[in-house]
Amino acid sequence: MMRRHDIAYWTGFSVVLALLIAAPLVLPEFWRRFVTEILIWGLLAMSSDILIGYTGMVSFGHSAFFGLGMYGAAAALLAVKPPNLWLAIPCGLLASAAVAAFVAYFSTRLRDIYFAITTLIFSQIFYVIIFTWTAVTGGENGLTFSRPKLGIPGLVAVPFTTWTLHWFVLAAVTASYLVLRRIMRSPFGMVLQSIRENEARTRAIGFPIERYKIVAVMLSGLFAGLAGVLYAIQNEFAAPDFVFFLVSGEAVIYNVMGGIGTLVGPIAGAAFFLLLREACSRFFTEYYLIPVGLIFIAMVIFMPQGLLGFARRWLNR
Amino acid sequence: MNADDATIEPPLKAPLVTVEDIHTYYGKSHILHGVSLEVGKGEVVGLLGRNGVGKSTTLKAIMGLVHPSRGSVRFEGRPVAHLPSYRLARLGLGYVPEDRRIFRLLTVLENLRTGLDRHGVSNARKKELLEKVYDYFPRLAERRHQAGGTLSGGEQQMLAIARAMMLEPKIILMDEPTEGLMPRMVSQIREVIDVLRREEVAVLLVEQNVPLTLEASGRIYLMENGAIRHHAAASELRVDDPVMRRYLGV
Amino acid sequence: MATSIAQFLVQTVNGVVTGLILALVASGLTLIFGIMDVVNFAHGELFMLGAYVGVITLAATGSFWLALVAATLTIALLGAVIYVATLRPLLGRDPLNTILVTFGVSLVLQNYALWQFGPVARKIQEPFPGHFALFYLDYPWYRIVIALLAAAIIAALWLFLKFSTYGVWIRATTQDRLMAQAMGIPVPRVLTVVFAIGSGMAAASGVLFGPLVGVDHAMGLDWVLKAFIVVVVGGMGNLAGSVAAAIFISLLESYAALIVSPAQAVIFSFAALILTLLFRPTGLFVPTPK
Repeated sequence: MMRRHDIAYWTGFSVVLALLIAAPLVLPEFWRRFVTEILIWGLLAMSSDILIGYTGMVSFGHSAFFGLGMYGAAAALLAVKPPNLWLAIPCGLLASAAVAAFVAYFSTRLRDIYFAITTLIFSQIFYVIIFTWTAVTGGENGLTFSRPKLGIPGLVAVPFTTWTLHWFVLAAVTASYLVLRRIMRSPFGMVLQSIRENEARTRAIGFPIERYKIVAVMLSGLFAGLAGVLYAIQNEFAAPDFVFFLVSGEAVIYNVMGGIGTLVGPIAGAAFFLLLREACSRFFTEYYLIPVGLIFIAMVIFMPQGLLGFARRWLNR
Repeated sequence: MNADDATIEPPLKAPLVTVEDIHTYYGKSHILHGVSLEVGKGEVVGLLGRNGVGKSTTLKAIMGLVHPSRGSVRFEGRPVAHLPSYRLARLGLGYVPEDRRIFRLLTVLENLRTGLDRHGVSNARKKELLEKVYDYFPRLAERRHQAGGTLSGGEQQMLAIARAMMLEPKIILMDEPTEGLMPRMVSQIREVIDVLRREEVAVLLVEQNVPLTLEASGRIYLMENGAIRHHAAASELRVDDPVMRRYLGV
Repeated sequence: MATSIAQFLVQTVNGVVTGLILALVASGLTLIFGIMDVVNFAHGELFMLGAYVGVITLAATGSFWLALVAATLTIALLGAVIYVATLRPLLGRDPLNTILVTFGVSLVLQNYALWQFGPVARKIQEPFPGHFALFYLDYPWYRIVIALLAAAIIAALWLFLKFSTYGVWIRATTQDRLMAQAMGIPVPRVLTVVFAIGSGMAAASGVLFGPLVGVDHAMGLDWVLKAFIVVVVGGMGNLAGSVAAAIFISLLESYAALIVSPAQAVIFSFAALILTLLFRPTGLFVPTPK
């Protein structure tokens, strides 16, 4: 017996999903690609929401997870001929999971500011390693590779068209959202939120919060890595720029602007920010970040709950 | 001023501090439920009650550290309820908090300077004030270049009071000054309150030490559950009065 | 063998020189954090804009000293404006907001510099020509002078904090903001002044550092990271700690540059940070509280 809330929610969800499916059919190529990129960055921001919005841990490490997902996929796509999609994905996820494990270890020993700065430094460590280890990572120039074919190994392999690529990304992001939503509404997710509200009290009740934090970081890292893999597949290159800490900063911006603790908020935030950037770059050419930055500052001061923050309770029910 | 001079009616002609029906909240908790009291120029007024009834919060509300959601606080007739604390300090309110809260990493002298370095005070006057305080508190004079955190509990309490005196206040709000002190220090605090009275500095004294409060104050307010329940001249109250037992459980 | 020792000693001098300038940047950052718990992501950009103001003033007047003073004062003023406009409204809110806001400010300032000054790096002329023989190198005099200037400014700051009225106010506010207010200290003004001082010091470092590197819109990025490492290793809010940590980190990187490339030398600083956080999170030079 569906409650009124569920009906409203799933209707809204279906409508948005339908629009996104229809996108490549109605939009010119530039905008189609734009929507796909929104989805990918939205996924990255959503992974950041797990930590910031649900567990209350501010992290700037997402560029490391994202970047390693990207390079992991790149490695698989370059190492094996013909490039195999179903190898690239686990490789990317494994790489980002490894980094996440590393960060997770520190997450349990550091709080707040120190954790945030440390994650930022980690992104930079990986950036420096990738940037300077030219032999393996291509250094400054990154790696280029061909897009793998979509298909079931051994049976059928069809090259991605712009449409199927979009739908593939959409499927991955939608599945991620549904999985994460399920997790966040489960007892596990409730504990995370309790940690965010009052860590000391949660610990006093008897929960091993270290373990929960580690899992939260791993989850966050996995989905950020997935975003990196998708990006690699879409754009056919990997570059150290994506591991630079500014990318983490952007993920946090999308997350906060969209509304933390909502999971869809970050995607909306990414859409808003990227559209804003696009609009400003038309009027202000390369210096579009000045008005965008000012708008962002104004939002943090006057609208801290973000675009969808007001609906946070409703979205999580 | 003699404790026996205090009368309850008629109301004070020129009260220094008037608190009228203030309500405060801490999150959703309703802490003060309409507190009203008055302190006149040069008076020593005691505020007694069990732990947790809102005595400290009342002082904080007067000092601007907590903003009442309803009601008014007036100092020399002017409404001051929403002014920031530093303006109140400059108007003439001194505050000696529970736990003393001296600046532990500053020296004794620097602690005193936080109150001393004000506009419109000549260097000569500053020297005078400093000398006076060193006279009253010779232990502080000895330790003037020592960090506040290295002082004993009693010395820290003296410093907290001395620091407030540097503001040349018209009233000092004191929150449990004798808490945790040895009897010798307690009588020193008693002497300090007398000194303040001689200097015509009013004192609003929150205390758990009932005998001391009855001795030092002219009037007493008794608080319970965030409101004033009883009000009498100190001379009319004994430690074992039924009304005292009711509100203080002594 | 002799060359190695000579190299080591040269790197020591380099490390101390850079360290003192880095200390100037980090002091501002730690002062700000200590008093208002704000992690100022825009600090690197204040450093960068200081360097640019230096470039302009130098071009207009030909005087390095005027450039130093102008940069410090202008950026101090900018800092005060930034504080009042973006940080003061956030008082009492979740500290995450201050990180975000200063991050936003850094984006705006960086792109503003790009817009106004273009992508090509500028140079600040060495204020004193002339070298002396330091082992096998012709070592420029100005590096020593600049290091001494940085040390002098830090010393001036210390004296200011220790002896002046405002210094006492700043230290009291850092320790207990509420009691500082209860003592009549105008805390909102003190916070603005501290932010201005921190910004001014960053700007001064920018000008001092200008002759050593090129001045461009992205120079702040590297420095903000280094400054954060220094502040954490030195103990957040601890001025003496930041100075010691700055020299320590710079020496570490200078020596590391003998073994690996400069771009990779920075990993040693990262390692120092991580070790500090693991074993002495309150700061390497600060006794761990019981």
